[in-house]
Amino acid sequence: MEFGLSEDQKLLQESIGRTLEKVSPLERVRKAAEAHEACAGDVRAALTELGVAGMLVAEEHGGMGMTLLDAALASEMLGRHVAPVPFVATAVMAPIALAGAGSKAQQAAWLPKLASGEAVAGVAVSERAAGAREGAGVIASGAKLDGTALFVLDAAGADVFIVADKIGGLHLVKGDAKGLTRIALTSIDLTRPLGELRFNKVEAEPLSAGDAGATLRRMIDAGRVMLAADTLGAGGMMIEKAVAYAGERKQFGRVIGSFQAVKHMCAEMAAELEPCRSLVWYAAHAFDTMPDEASLMAAHAKSLTSETGRFVARTATEVHGGMGFTDLVGLHYWFKRIGLNRQLLGGPERVRHEAAVLQGWAAD
Amino acid sequence: MDLAYGPQYEAFRAEVRAFIAAHGAKAPRRFGVSRPSEETQAWQRLLIEYGYAARTIPKEYGGYGAAPDILQSRIIAEEFTAAGLPMGIANQGISMLVPTLLELGTEEQKKKWIAPTLRGEVVWCQGYSEPGSGSDLASLQTRAVEDGDDFVINGQKIWTSTAHAADMIFCLVRTEPDAKKHEGISYLIFSMQTPGIEVRPLKTMTGHAEFNEVFFTDVRVPQKDIVAGRGQGWFVANATLKHERGMLGDPNQAGTRLKEITDLMHKETVDGTRLIDHPLYRDRLVALQGRVFAMQFHGLRLLTSAAKGEDAGIARLIVKLQGCEINHQLAALAIDVLGEIGVLYEDSPHLKAQGAWQHRYMFDLGLIIGGGTAQIQKNIISERGLGMPREPKPAKA
Repeated sequence: MEFGLSEDQKLLQESIGRTLEKVSPLERVRKAAEAHEACAGDVRAALTELGVAGMLVAEEHGGMGMTLLDAALASEMLGRHVAPVPFVATAVMAPIALAGAGSKAQQAAWLPKLASGEAVAGVAVSERAAGAREGAGVIASGAKLDGTALFVLDAAGADVFIVADKIGGLHLVKGDAKGLTRIALTSIDLTRPLGELRFNKVEAEPLSAGDAGATLRRMIDAGRVMLAADTLGAGGMMIEKAVAYAGERKQFGRVIGSFQAVKHMCAEMAAELEPCRSLVWYAAHAFDTMPDEASLMAAHAKSLTSETGRFVARTATEVHGGMGFTDLVGLHYWFKRIGLNRQLLGGPERVRHEAAVLQGWAAD
Repeated sequence: MDLAYGPQYEAFRAEVRAFIAAHGAKAPRRFGVSRPSEETQAWQRLLIEYGYAARTIPKEYGGYGAAPDILQSRIIAEEFTAAGLPMGIANQGISMLVPTLLELGTEEQKKKWIAPTLRGEVVWCQGYSEPGSGSDLASLQTRAVEDGDDFVINGQKIWTSTAHAADMIFCLVRTEPDAKKHEGISYLIFSMQTPGIEVRPLKTMTGHAEFNEVFFTDVRVPQKDIVAGRGQGWFVANATLKHERGMLGDPNQAGTRLKEITDLMHKETVDGTRLIDHPLYRDRLVALQGRVFAMQFHGLRLLTSAAKGEDAGIARLIVKLQGCEINHQLAALAIDVLGEIGVLYEDSPHLKAQGAWQHRYMFDLGLIIGGGTAQIQKNIISERGLGMPREPKPAKA
């Protein structure tokens, strides 16, 4: 019995963290955000070098064939450094979609390109994961798609999209398909652009070689665990920044970190966030090895880290006092990253309802 | 990451199950009272004989003498819990005094006290807190003055659970009044039958007297009954408190309670609707389930660190704070879903679960305060876990 990271996993996480520290410092993040860069190409290139784009792609398709726990460790580092790069759709959900429901030809066409970083895949499943807002939803008729998909992940600059229709069928749509209109949605978090797709008789390939329904479920579970890990990383960094600031800032002739009021805020953040790490590890490991528990644990990981993330984001900002509220310190990039993660792929109330349904405690 | 125990441990699990099948019926029905009954003592002896209690205590001191193996201990706990059987006696003598004597006692003290304590024959109480010394325990004022071969003790202790049933006390007293506060304390062990000791029950908000006050008036204790020497008491107490904090906030207890509430919410109805079908109650249940799961997996993480001999650092420091808080919130949820029934108490008609939830809701607040208050825990987490500065001492007036 061993519930912990292997030496390889620790090394992997450290090397991703070190790389991001170098290539994606706050100035780089700020530049990407202010310029509305779809993706910081240099940051993405450095991560691709480490294999991050192909972590979940099988080795036969040029990827690393790693586990979701490995991907969660990467995601934690991306959140920690608020990295302005696509990840959750292109490196996690799309490879799962292609591996689970794609034909051999579809896999051969796209997985190597995703693994090498040559192509980016967006994922449009919000209507199935978080519920359809008015006017949203995609209808498939024959090989054509019509309708609207909102809150598309890794949408900007995507070469291909994986789209879930209203009844849970999965489709592959090329980024330049005729009749497809791509609209950028500006969110509070400028490190990861969201998109809207409007379909007008758009040609699509069905992903129907495997069980599309089960694959969609797996995509959503994996995506939730990744967002939870991202919040874990972002929250951990906010706590470190708050502790460091409280150790420097002086008022009343003392560093503010020596006041119990401030220390206890920091202790509460750490005490709430540390169990989230255990839950995220477990949820990722359940996805890898315990399919019966995977959806329930993904929902719990998403819910608990979202709630804890909100508390940490707010409290760490308050520890910074007025400076936390400014753009100078840039703490808001983490605050907003955590804020976006909370809403994507189902907010806490929604995923808790799903957790209840999964256990037979509520009707669907 | 591997949550399987492997064949060697599964074989051990089979042994535990065989023991439970063969002997489970001998388990005492009433357990956890402050003075172990004959039946409980017989059960305890059986558990020690098979290595399911006092497992790692050396044989020469009355234990089973196995090498420490955290996974084996966990398997024992899992199997006994699954079978609904009480584990060995878990009183302050066994959980706090025994490890302390093993670490710091003289050979004579170990030989004399450990075995009967393990068997449940000798019951101990802990004399630490005083009315004026709670969180600032090192300021304690109970005095022990040297007189011939004895110390003469005067003062008062409080929050002394089981003092009314105890044979013995392990007690912090001030022997060196002129030394600095942490350096003037000694750790004495003596009989509760010693003349001059008065125990008064301390009734709490639960309506029961789970604690006592203990008064010492010219209590004579031989100087040889000191552990680790004069002025070493603070050091000894910290070795002991380490063992206590591990006991509070156990995530598996929270798991059991969660299951009880889940069952309750499936059975109970209001306006003919099951409580589980009430969306707001259900949401609170699921939210707490997430927190309980997180703490259970957190426990696995700590177990893995401990098995490797690594210090889990801040992950370990948060357990008492989080565990006690979650237990309290579980009790609060049970009360809320029960509505007016949730406030029924003692032997009222319509009472559910013998009033356990009301009792827990109040008693768990005591646990949030006891064993190092939540605020002291936050000091520990921020200072030792996050490396934040200590509160500066006020300037001398």
